[in-house]
Amino acid sequence: MIYLQIAILGLVVAGGTMVALSRKISGQPIIVSVFGLILSLMFMVFQAPDVALSQIVVGAVGLPLMILLAIAKLRRDEQMLRRKRESDSGKERE
Amino acid sequence: MRRSWRMLLFFAGAAGIVCLFTLAAEPISQPRDVRNRYATAIISETFSQRNITDAVSAVNFDFRGFDTVGEEFILFVSVLGSLVLLRMVEDRKGKVLRDALEPWRDVGPSDAIRLWILAMIAPKVTFGIYIVTHGQLTPGGGFQGGVILATAALILYLGEGFTVFRDVISHPATEIVEGAGALGFVVIGMLAWVWGQPFLTNVLPLGKAHELTSGGTMALISISTGLEVAAGFILLLYAFLQENLSPVEET
Repeated sequence: MIYLQIAILGLVVAGGTMVALSRKISGQPIIVSVFGLILSLMFMVFQAPDVALSQIVVGAVGLPLMILLAIAKLRRDEQMLRRKRESDSGKERE
Repeated sequence: MRRSWRMLLFFAGAAGIVCLFTLAAEPISQPRDVRNRYATAIISETFSQRNITDAVSAVNFDFRGFDTVGEEFILFVSVLGSLVLLRMVEDRKGKVLRDALEPWRDVGPSDAIRLWILAMIAPKVTFGIYIVTHGQLTPGGGFQGGVILATAALILYLGEGFTVFRDVISHPATEIVEGAGALGFVVIGMLAWVWGQPFLTNVLPLGKAHELTSGGTMALISISTGLEVAAGFILLLYAFLQENLSPVEET
């Protein structure tokens, strides 16, 4: 049991570092989701199955979805801004 | 600040956290030697005093039930706050809206995805209800089961898109269920006053152990928490997913 706990804590450290170091924006929700799954495994190993249940849903599904939504919205706003700028500069040239 | 200094500061802090965490986690790794007297008392008294088999649910919904009322209203208020902050802004009202996350847009989702989603919804709802109602017997309870119930609505969005999601999650009804769930907890707590007992006393018959009806008020509180959490998370999803709509540009 103690070796399993040490292994899962090592995985948590590795996963957390991966989340902090990931710079590619489209990969971030997936890494966060995997980290959420690792955290729920940790709760399971430390004998808290009910916390693990909530962690699976919130950490592996809910949080990545929110990050995905934020990224999609930011990207769209950026596109709209760029398009607006292009049309404005086109008008000035005329 | 120079990069090397920053790294030094980070490693000093990380080393401190590792030391403190090792000290804190050391007693947890010895499950037979529970050094906390409160935990020992709870584990030995739950079955004999409350006829239920899950000590965590007993703490959440009975022994420390008053704290859970607070937690439930934290969730309630944060959902309310998110809904107020993310309400539909004026410039999008009355326009044709389109979801930026739907990749299929013009062709519709593939039949394979839709069939899979439809097949998944019933087991998900059943599993959610099972977790909510068996909180006093096995690990789980209102919070965990409620979140699982809410993911049934989430996969509906993933398969069918926002319009179907919005049509199914009838907005006012979800709000009413959320409020009723939060109110239910308090009403069950006040039930004790009828018998002249303090707030949230477990006044209902405790039932037979290992059965669905055991635990007195705990089963009811678990169900009302489940309703509140499920509806609250669905409302949060609705508010966030709605943020992702944008007016269709006429080109």
